[in-house]
Amino acid sequence: MALMTIAEALRQAIREEMRRDPRVFCIGEDIGIPGGWGGAFTVTLGLADEFGHERILDTPISELGFTGIAVGAAIGGLRPIVDVQYGDFLFLAMDQLVNEAAKMTYMSGGTVKVPLVMRAPVGATRRGAQHAQSLEAFFTHVPGLKVIAPSTAYDAKGLLKSAIRDDNPVIVFEHKLLYGSKGPRKEQGAISAVGEVPDEEYLIPLGKGVIRREGRDVTIVGKLLTVYRALEAAERLAKEGIESEVIDPRTLVPLDKELILESVRKTGRLVIVEEDNLTGGWASDIAAIVAEEAFYWLDAPIKRVSAPDTPPPFAPVMEDYYVPSVERVVEAVKSLF
Amino acid sequence: MSEAQIPLLDMYRTMLTIRRFEERCNYLFMQGRIPSTLHLYIGQEAVAVGVCAHLRRDDYVVSTHRPHGHAIAKGVSLRSIMAELHAKATGCCKGKGGSMHVGDMSVGMLPAIAIVGANIPIAAGLALAAKRLGTDRVAVAFFGDGAANEGAFHEGLNMAAIWNLPVVYVCENNLYGASTHYSKVFKIANIADRAQAYGMPGVVVDGMDVEAVYQVAGEAITRARRGEGPTLVECKTYRLVGHSRSDPRTYRSKEEEAEWQARDPIPNTARRLQALGLANEELLASIEREVEAAIDDAVAFAENSPLPEPTDTLKHVFYEA
Ligand SMILES: Cc1ncc(C[n+]2csc(CCOP(=O)(O)OP(=O)(O)O)c2C)c(N)n1
Ligand SMILES: [Mg+2]
Repeated sequence: MALMTIAEALRQAIREEMRRDPRVFCIGEDIGIPGGWGGAFTVTLGLADEFGHERILDTPISELGFTGIAVGAAIGGLRPIVDVQYGDFLFLAMDQLVNEAAKMTYMSGGTVKVPLVMRAPVGATRRGAQHAQSLEAFFTHVPGLKVIAPSTAYDAKGLLKSAIRDDNPVIVFEHKLLYGSKGPRKEQGAISAVGEVPDEEYLIPLGKGVIRREGRDVTIVGKLLTVYRALEAAERLAKEGIESEVIDPRTLVPLDKELILESVRKTGRLVIVEEDNLTGGWASDIAAIVAEEAFYWLDAPIKRVSAPDTPPPFAPVMEDYYVPSVERVVEAVKSLF
Repeated sequence: MSEAQIPLLDMYRTMLTIRRFEERCNYLFMQGRIPSTLHLYIGQEAVAVGVCAHLRRDDYVVSTHRPHGHAIAKGVSLRSIMAELHAKATGCCKGKGGSMHVGDMSVGMLPAIAIVGANIPIAAGLALAAKRLGTDRVAVAFFGDGAANEGAFHEGLNMAAIWNLPVVYVCENNLYGASTHYSKVFKIANIADRAQAYGMPGVVVDGMDVEAVYQVAGEAITRARRGEGPTLVECKTYRLVGHSRSDPRTYRSKEEEAEWQARDPIPNTARRLQALGLANEELLASIEREVEAAIDDAVAFAENSPLPEPTDTLKHVFYEA
């Protein structure tokens, strides 16, 4: 067992997979520059020392171009791990991801595969509207893409390894406040997601969620940062006699629907917490699934706690209002009783 | 152009204002009185100032994640920029934008765009509107060397050229895109050479020399205003500080930094003013005092300004007349 941050766990996953399979390589901006930062959040720090600059491939600032290169390389027999410094820049690569990577297998009648991993940091961290968005719903909407969202070091490593071995394009959302990046790349307001990671190899299959806390009164579903908000809310609610079950799906596509449904059948109440905007968000989708498939088990309306329908604001007082707080989760839960 | 026609003293004052403003920002940031991150323009002042000296208030500037210098040179008030950096309700973006998005359309500066390269086609679009609406306004896009490798650069410059738009593209080649050295991502010596591929003039200029920038920018802006089309101006420059907040700059050498430090446009322009007899020690000292006073005023304004209300988050999602 070793204690690791998420940034370290991701790095470890990449290192092991690159050792194991020479086809795996990393591509992105500022990921392997000597004296540089190892990507925007240190995940690839030091990897070029072991694997060289052909496999830790620094690119120009050309997101559409290098994503296209990765799609081509994946089709051509390599296994690229693509890094965008901030998830917000995925919009520049949208065509390659949505029209090409996601649809190639389908358009080819299942004959062509695109084993690509796209890593994208999300979450509001005092940087304003273009470096803060939570983009999960844009991608869960696209058939042909798998989407993972690890919130612990253990999951980050096990899921990323599975993603790299998967024969499909997988988007990995990583939360900036959970990385545990150190030194100059340390984030203000970060949550310590340092956790135990086994020394021996393990994989976590895509599509399996976990219960982070058991409870009988209400189900709270969160992802990334909001898992921690939900857990803290559960702590507070427990003091008032409300026992929350906190679920972290870890993989958004394919979704471990049954885990959520089972929990709701037990608790009869559901609150979904996410940092994305309310309308058309991932939370809406979870609400719809439960409304369709577990309606008769519900004792109260489903609640969504999310960011409002605004871009992420810059000023800390507004950003704190924007990102779902523990208080908002507590209130939402209490409103169901 | 004769030396007398160059407003060197005014340009010096503006460059010094940008420099001192950002030094103060950095100090306040280190003290934790300014949140977020800062991309400082220190070292590149001659570019913004040499270009904007030609612009009218109704001309457009579209900037990047490193916009403080462009904003000051275009005439955005120090108070409103400082208040924005302090995340106050009185900031130029009412606390919604922050450092990477400062701007004020009432003086022709679009809130800056932090998506590298995204401002390039937008500047062409502003120029298209200016032309179509029968004005003689011009648009200027400032961007870095790194931005010239985005698709938006290629697409934007081509359309600006084919439609003969009144836009000037000012590429501030400071040798690095974040930690990545120019030579790693370009096979050509000059970004300006790309202009030829789109059918517009490309000019290389010493971006540490405000007079040289002024000269070249003047020609490009005049061309644009006369309806003769766009120009790509590449200014060879250097950021004398880190890329953002606490960048330890371990990807470049101290020797390289020292070489460029010697070309710092602020002391060099001060010396040049003295050599030309346009300023003496006394005048320079009084400019220094005035600049400091203006910055003190901006900081006091920012500190005394109210924070936004948390629920202000919900305002301004849609435009309301
Ligand atoms: C589309 C996009 N990709 C990446 C980034 C992250 N990023 C911010 S600044 C920067 C470097 C930009 O280099 P350059 O254009 O040379 O401007 P400079 O910082 O040198 O002023 C990068 C990669 C971004 N903001 N937008
Ligand atoms: Mg640069």
